[in-house]
Amino acid sequence: MLNADITKTYKSGVQVKASLHLPPGPSVTVLFGASGAGKTTLLRCIAGLEQLTAGKIVFSGEIWADAAKRRHVSTQKRPIGFLFQDYALFPHLSVRGNIGFGIRHLSHDVRIEHIRRTAANLQIEDLLDRQPNELSGGQQQRVALARVLVREPELLLLDEPLSALDGVAREHVRSELARLLRRLQIPAIIVTHDWVDALSLGDRLHVMSRGLVLEEGTPQEVFARPRHAEVASAVGMENLLVGHLRERNADVVKLQVGTAELYAAVPEGDHTAYFVCIRGENVTLETGHAGRSSARNNLRGRVKEISPTGSLMKVVVDVGFDIVALVTHQALTDMQLSPGVEISVVFKAAAVHLIPRTV
Amino acid sequence: MNWEAIVTTLKLATATATILAVIGLPISYWVAFSKWRWKFLVEAIVALPLVLPPTVLGFYVLVAMGPRSPFGHWYESIRGHGLPFTLEGLVIASTFYSLPFAVQPVAAAFRSIDRRMIEASWTLGVSSWGTFFRVIVPQARAGLVAGFVLSFAHTVGEFGVVLMVGGNIPGVTRTISIHVFDQVQSMDYASAGITSLALLVFSFLILSLVYSLTPRRDRIL
Repeated sequence: MLNADITKTYKSGVQVKASLHLPPGPSVTVLFGASGAGKTTLLRCIAGLEQLTAGKIVFSGEIWADAAKRRHVSTQKRPIGFLFQDYALFPHLSVRGNIGFGIRHLSHDVRIEHIRRTAANLQIEDLLDRQPNELSGGQQQRVALARVLVREPELLLLDEPLSALDGVAREHVRSELARLLRRLQIPAIIVTHDWVDALSLGDRLHVMSRGLVLEEGTPQEVFARPRHAEVASAVGMENLLVGHLRERNADVVKLQVGTAELYAAVPEGDHTAYFVCIRGENVTLETGHAGRSSARNNLRGRVKEISPTGSLMKVVVDVGFDIVALVTHQALTDMQLSPGVEISVVFKAAAVHLIPRTV
Repeated sequence: MNWEAIVTTLKLATATATILAVIGLPISYWVAFSKWRWKFLVEAIVALPLVLPPTVLGFYVLVAMGPRSPFGHWYESIRGHGLPFTLEGLVIASTFYSLPFAVQPVAAAFRSIDRRMIEASWTLGVSSWGTFFRVIVPQARAGLVAGFVLSFAHTVGEFGVVLMVGGNIPGVTRTISIHVFDQVQSMDYASAGITSLALLVFSFLILSLVYSLTPRRDRIL
């Protein structure tokens, strides 16, 4: 399907170097990483908006770019649909004009029919006579998608499709987009810096940092078991701590983290220092005194801080080190949590992921 | 009122503004989007008439159009008469003189267009030409109107260049600003007052129109 080996070097010396191989079929690939990681550059190279410094892009057997042979198929000639970060709707055209913009080569009647069908598909028929500035963020996204889909692209490129939205609208549009992508059956590449987006939209995940792809796999694989500390922090692993090995048993290891000790599944290799990664969702809070076993960590501590994050609440508890738990609003109310309250922090040894610390 | 001078002025200003609308467009586009490192030199040349004394500009144009210059010689050989002291000569001189007024508002309008709009058009399969006429020009409409109106108005108000290149030939090169000068020279203050007031009102209306059309952030004057 798509085979891309891309090297793009800017005059400033910044370099993006990545390989991307999309299997045949309508899979959704997510390019994930912090801003400045090179995700958008990669997407722009595939779209032909940037020239390659080195490398080659082949799509369905057709060469789109080959730096060695100075070959560059223009953006116009690549059968892509590009969704821009803030949608880039044309302000001087109505919704109808925007959707019909890229199909002017079709006859008037065919064009009208295409616009009508695409608008119906995205449920925006009643918006056709509006101007872009009269639309909500979610509506703008659908119009931008319609403008792209009406041309029947063979590859969708979505640059931060949800970053222009916030809060409830974002969650709503995210699930809508996920459904739409399943229904469309068009291969897609999505750039995002939000791990929830990545988890809910992607079949495959490429984590990028400083111009390189660090890890790839399914979103679940990568998020649950990041191989690089950098990835762990990039994927928004809430707890990334430094631990020192104290004891090694057959099935668990004991580590010192801060002034506390915790159990983790036996890691590969025989390092003595590890980055300790625990996902906030895997940490539960209990008001009573739960029992402790080697398979289950139970640490007593005091609540330090409570703050909202997305639809969840982030609770920081000092158990000898600061640990973050993500809980629902309901749980927070049920347990009557507030700063200063003493509480048990519980998580499985298997939920502790260790990354060898080499520096 | 001297209608002959008014007609001459309108002919000159219309021809100049129209020519500038055509040749100013590609220049504006280049000034707005070129990444050439020496671009500032071209920008400086375009802006020169803003600071150069009109007599100096007029002098150079006069020399360049004269029978001893290759251009003047060539023109004379095909038309049978020279360019100096004709309306055509005046149009050429005015085109140079009003160039910054045609280019700068249009270039500013081009520059203010979100780059992503242009790229969005490309990704929708539309060529660079198509993008120019369907995305860039419609979104720069206010700048294009401002460029046309300002170059028209500036031509109406020019004096030094006209006197140097066109002289003061009634019905041919005597424009309204020259006419005011004549009236003052012959101590006819009453007529000069009426003509001046008419020009003042005209200029004020033109500028009001331009400012009402141009968003605050795009203003260059």
